[in-house]
Amino acid sequence: MTTPNPLTNTISGNRGLQLEEPLIFEMDVPGRSGVDLPDVPKHKERLGGMKRKAKVGLPGLAESQVVRHYTKLSQKNYAIDMSVYPLGSCTMKHNPRINEKIARLPGIADLHPMQPVSTVQGALELIDTLAHWLKTLTGMPAIAMSPAAGAHGELCGMLTIRAAHLAKGDARKRILVPESAHGTNPATAASIGYEVDPVPADARGRVDLAAFKAKLGPDVAGTMITNPNTCGLFENDIIDIADAIHGIGGYFYCDGANFNAIVGRVRPGDLGVDAMHINLHKTFSTPHGGGGPGSGPVVLSEALAPYAPLPYVTHGANGFDLVEHDDGKAFGRLKGFHGQMGMFSRALSYILSHGADGLRQVSGDAVLNANYLQASLKSDLTAAFPGTCMHEALFNDDFLEGTGVTTLDFAKAMIDEGYHPMTMYFPLVVHGALLMEPTETESKIGLDRYIEVVQGLARRAKAGDAAYFHGAPYHTPRRRLDETLAARQPVLRWRPEETKKAAE
Amino acid sequence: MRFLPLTEPDRKAMLAAVGASSVESLYADVPNGALLKAPIAGLSNHMPEMEVERAIGAMAGKNIGTNAAPSFLGAGAYRHHIPAAVDHLIQRGEFLTSYTPYQPEVAQGTLQYLFEFQTQVALLTGMDVANASMYDGATATTEAVAMANRVTRRKKAVISGGLHPHYREVVETHGRHTGFETVSAPLDASGRENLAKHLGPDVSCVVVQNPSFFGHIHDFTKLAEAVHAAGALLIVAVTEVVSLGLITPPGEMGADIVVAEGQSIGNPLGFGGPYVGLFAVRDKFVRQMPGRVTGQTIDVDGRRGWVLTLSTREQHIRREKATSNICTNSGLCALAFTIHMTLLGEAGLNQLATLNHAVASNLADRLAALPGVKLLNETFFNEFTLELPKPAIGVVEALAKKRILGGVPVARLVKAKEAEKLLLVAATELTTEADMAALEAGLKEVLA
Repeated sequence: MTTPNPLTNTISGNRGLQLEEPLIFEMDVPGRSGVDLPDVPKHKERLGGMKRKAKVGLPGLAESQVVRHYTKLSQKNYAIDMSVYPLGSCTMKHNPRINEKIARLPGIADLHPMQPVSTVQGALELIDTLAHWLKTLTGMPAIAMSPAAGAHGELCGMLTIRAAHLAKGDARKRILVPESAHGTNPATAASIGYEVDPVPADARGRVDLAAFKAKLGPDVAGTMITNPNTCGLFENDIIDIADAIHGIGGYFYCDGANFNAIVGRVRPGDLGVDAMHINLHKTFSTPHGGGGPGSGPVVLSEALAPYAPLPYVTHGANGFDLVEHDDGKAFGRLKGFHGQMGMFSRALSYILSHGADGLRQVSGDAVLNANYLQASLKSDLTAAFPGTCMHEALFNDDFLEGTGVTTLDFAKAMIDEGYHPMTMYFPLVVHGALLMEPTETESKIGLDRYIEVVQGLARRAKAGDAAYFHGAPYHTPRRRLDETLAARQPVLRWRPEETKKAAE
Repeated sequence: MRFLPLTEPDRKAMLAAVGASSVESLYADVPNGALLKAPIAGLSNHMPEMEVERAIGAMAGKNIGTNAAPSFLGAGAYRHHIPAAVDHLIQRGEFLTSYTPYQPEVAQGTLQYLFEFQTQVALLTGMDVANASMYDGATATTEAVAMANRVTRRKKAVISGGLHPHYREVVETHGRHTGFETVSAPLDASGRENLAKHLGPDVSCVVVQNPSFFGHIHDFTKLAEAVHAAGALLIVAVTEVVSLGLITPPGEMGADIVVAEGQSIGNPLGFGGPYVGLFAVRDKFVRQMPGRVTGQTIDVDGRRGWVLTLSTREQHIRREKATSNICTNSGLCALAFTIHMTLLGEAGLNQLATLNHAVASNLADRLAALPGVKLLNETFFNEFTLELPKPAIGVVEALAKKRILGGVPVARLVKAKEAEKLLLVAATELTTEADMAALEAGLKEVLA
């Protein structure tokens, strides 16, 4: 094509630094490869007639092409390395590069999980050291290190609770879950056979204590409560809630997704928590990586400790031991091998960098930044609840009423301003929710600039410029994408026929 | 406190704007007595970067890494060469420090590589479609069983004695606590088990592994027919994904769900994690598949783009009715996998796989010639099982004293009398002549 693309007014369809990039399958030259390998030595083939007959169908690219491909793809992403990433509930904080260096050290990155324990004493020491920090910071006596992410940690904690009940003869039936909970909470409880009984929020955005107590009974196995909660508020009745659930012989599972707000200042163990997962990829800065890997160790109370899953590290006569086989009470095994070691080393690097004093500063700055946002924005936006907040500021969409602009439109307009949008439409208990979590990573100057932009957009919406919002974003590599089409006619992989069709 | 940009004057100005007297006053909702007034005692304070490196470097220095000694460990985690471009590219901040691609207009990079990843996984396994990754091979396997239970509305899984013992334990754990039955066949060191005899009208799925935990390469075509005739699904697990470059993929044998551990491509051993679970299915099961999925679509200008799709299966929409509770998966490990696979391409993967097989085949001949050592495999890819004249755990300990990481004793994973003398030995493209000679000599001495 030599005539300009009507969308970009360029011949190439590129727009300066915004470069179009085909799929790897569209760059294929059969036989080409980006690696050189040694020659295959003479050998006896032992495949028993099961040698692959058909080609896999993988494309051939040279290394230079591969580097350019992924570099160009990377440039289509927003990242915390670029600017404010105010996704509430996700804790997008700076990922220190020392963490990456530490995780790649020889003697950590090149350890095989099944090496003799005598050859990995330093690795077990690393796990044990991180475990000590996590237990001390939460005021909890025990920990399960193997869960692979937050939701996996929830599963671990809930299975521990179930095992503890079973040991007394009955797993019980119901789990009380506030309506404001992350979707993973009800999904986890339901996946292990519990009936999820939702608890309403009160006018203050907290668990309705009276409604909670009214639902208690001998068939309630426990409750899953996020604290600080997903409205960015501390559950001030938390000790009453813990006492009430303990009173009927149930257990208190705390979703620790928002631990960043209180680390170094409040120990969940002092609040009556029995189990809590810690997202190392939130509070302890291991990178989100475009959706994982995460890591979700679970701290446990004395009552639940005996039921923790395999494997776990112990202090033996000759150094550290790794217990990999059942001693009778452990509820079982959750994943292959021992846990997300690559995340353990990064999290420990972050924890040692900050220390006990620095982590306290982290939570203080995170809460101060969120309150500064809330205070600065409350005259242009509408705060969902009165008073100060914890680490995230929650707004409803009242300020958009009558403008013809929705929370989604508002978010898309933020993209054009160079910001990743806040979390939208969550928590469900607030209409058209906009949940902003700045974290301690943002400077005052950076926040002031962000605040100006959000204020400006709110005023623009109220000024009647709805059409602008409906069309946003305008300046991204792709504009609004048709999600309905994607779901109705799923195209989940490249196929050669489709290229042919597209070319027609 | 090098990561924190707020200064004391900033904090004062911000507190004034908030109308709060102190940061502590923002914690007024914390019940009395639970708010700590000072840093927690007994923990160290902040450290310069160089001291962090020294502290954790000292721990690393106490280990024997597989790059520092001849190493023959496998059993579901394999040491392969990772091209330098892989680690460079995954550390680009736009990949490393981005979130799950919920806002597709600013995440086309992540979404496009996930679409390419899904295609590669489907091609490798011989299946129709794949998801955007699971935590690891073991958790992918248990999700596959849960999916088979949903599809068939049955609640009994038959598990091969050739399945990795950790995978089996994870499935059994879920079975015990989520209300499905597991029938686990005895350890299958010989590779000759007959699983068809366990089939019945209540069986939802049969879970096998290829090559098996003990290394045997199977043709599951006949088993697949029997499984389907009984109304159940065949789940095939692959723990060494490089093997798919050389041997017939499960999709061609009639598998309904293929799960795999993708660590071998692009991801370091890392003491067991993070790894990346692969999950591929037939088209007809797409809406029962767990986990994130990327789909192709168009934007308002008609240009091709990608979004996360089919999210009505997922927890953030369906809550207690979701197909799985999975949220975060293994994005960055999937990126490493897809970059490495793209570098290899058809020709590179085939050569890598052939090289692995050749090196292992030659090593097996050498070790099987040692007195008292018996090779249990007629077929294998890059890992095989030896029966030793004495307990394998002690042999491996004795080899470690000679700085040789001599393989994985089966008894490390399974506490069973018949496992005691069995040793799994793996070789890859990184195994050198010197490594093989060291193991050969070391084993000879230890067994003498």
